[in-house]
Amino acid sequence: MIVLRATWKILTQVARSFGGGLGLIIVLTVLCSAVFAPLIATHDPDRIDVLHRFAAPTLEHIMGTDHLGRDMFSRLVHGSTVAMTVALCAILFALTSGTILGIVAAFLSTRAERPILVLFDVISSFPSLVLALAIVGVFGASTSLVIVVVGITLLPHFGRVARAQVLTLKNAPFLEAERLLGASTMRIIFVHLLPNIAGPLVVLASMDIPLVITIEAGLSFLGLGVRPPLASWGTLIQDGYQFLSQSAVPVTVASVALGVATLGFTLFGEALRDAVDPRLARAH
Amino acid sequence: MTKQPLIAMTGISVVYEGGVRALDDVTLEIARGSVVGLVGESGSGKTTCCRVLTNLVEPTCGTVAIDGVPLAEIIGRGDLAFRRRIQMLLQDAVASLSPRLSVSALVEEPLRIHGEPVAEGRVRISELFRRLGLPADIGSKYPHQISGGQARRVAIARALVLRPEVIIADEPTAGLDVSVQGDLLNLLQELRSEFSLTFLIVSHNLSVVRRITERTAVMYLGQIIEEAPTPQLFKAPAHPYTAALLSTNPSLDPGRRRARIVLKGEIPSVVNPPSGCRFHTRCAHVQERCRTNVPQLRPAGEGRQVRCHFPLAGTA
Repeated sequence: MIVLRATWKILTQVARSFGGGLGLIIVLTVLCSAVFAPLIATHDPDRIDVLHRFAAPTLEHIMGTDHLGRDMFSRLVHGSTVAMTVALCAILFALTSGTILGIVAAFLSTRAERPILVLFDVISSFPSLVLALAIVGVFGASTSLVIVVVGITLLPHFGRVARAQVLTLKNAPFLEAERLLGASTMRIIFVHLLPNIAGPLVVLASMDIPLVITIEAGLSFLGLGVRPPLASWGTLIQDGYQFLSQSAVPVTVASVALGVATLGFTLFGEALRDAVDPRLARAH
Repeated sequence: MTKQPLIAMTGISVVYEGGVRALDDVTLEIARGSVVGLVGESGSGKTTCCRVLTNLVEPTCGTVAIDGVPLAEIIGRGDLAFRRRIQMLLQDAVASLSPRLSVSALVEEPLRIHGEPVAEGRVRISELFRRLGLPADIGSKYPHQISGGQARRVAIARALVLRPEVIIADEPTAGLDVSVQGDLLNLLQELRSEFSLTFLIVSHNLSVVRRITERTAVMYLGQIIEEAPTPQLFKAPAHPYTAALLSTNPSLDPGRRRARIVLKGEIPSVVNPPSGCRFHTRCAHVQERCRTNVPQLRPAGEGRQVRCHFPLAGTA
């Protein structure tokens, strides 16, 4: 109940600024199209209709068709499902494992936390796209592999923030008060610590979503992400790019969709950061 | 003391990393049902003393015994059973309440931790709220929405829910305005008889200590330098430091006013405490022996103990 009310309050605050409002609209649109893709799509995204290749936008195909005559709008909508699945799963993976490692590191002694911090440094010293290329090259392309690879490369973000947050709260009087009442370490972490460090982590998660979307699109563009014929924004751009000499419509539509979605999530993330912690606003 | 004390600290020393001697050979006995005050300036080891009693800090040497049973043995039988007996009120009451929990969740928290039925506990909690003068609708509020005095009452309610035997209160009146302070002190005294509590009150507010405690211990640089029944201590301090400390306390009664004793110099570092008597660097009555020999805490009549080679005249 209180969580719902707090969420609502923050969302209204996000919507108050122009960028935040625009971002919120785009995010909601993309999320809706991802969840309700089969209902929203006007055609079967994989139905080939070679007689209508590269059709210009009409009432029948509102965003035209691609080189196999597949409906671009339906493919975009289904592509958003892929993009959101990859983005949310990867972020969820990075968020949980990073937070756990960060909390553990903060509670360990300086010497014992060293391996965890070194692990964070090692992971973040790899360029994520190159790491993804290497791993996908070895194990073959698949959606779940993309999720794991992207999740691992983002893990240090969350780990470092969680560790810093816990370090500032570790000696807070209210945690000591719980210890005096006899609360177990697990109870202290889950009931008292997590709710107080969640804010910055959620903001970070929302700001990392556009990053994951572009990484996924990039891998799919290179043919290392989701497998065809599954529609992903990256593969749509790739397909359009292959036939750029015959029609510029598919590549433009797909690229604009990717750009708008990325922009929307970025705007939303920044507005969310300002709403959750006003002290950070305009710091960059 | 003939009766077995409820809490007996014997020869407690706490040495932190870097050689900080936070406590040095502290011996203190607290009788069941009594109210004992612990006074001293900042950094004298009052809070560390509380933390040892509540097992947040393990003493480097010395023992704590409750009802004659060593603390280690009690903890060995189960941490929760020990927590149930001794509760502590932290100095900053607002900061000691978990910020994302409502007041009712905060007060039910001890029941959940100790696995007691929460539904039955609620009856007790609403009775406690009434007893503490907290409005019935406070349960739905969050710590940042209540006043400092209310936060302190909520902290007291949290401590009392488990029906402890001992309450250690670290600066119970700090940061409250005078009328609220008075209310709170009255409340603590009523609760004491009602729940047959034993209190250890840590404060640097001498008037508070004088008003509600039966015995007072004075700390200086990690040592207890004087311990006596409160009226005697305030009437005729035996240790020069106690005399200086008491002289700083303003009094309305002209008959009780005393000449202000101004100590010279800073409080020495606990990393490298002075040799001999720890107070010799600032004592007005310092003699050669004080610089070399460490005085022991020894009885000085009227149930008084003092750690001084040359206790002030007019006592003993």
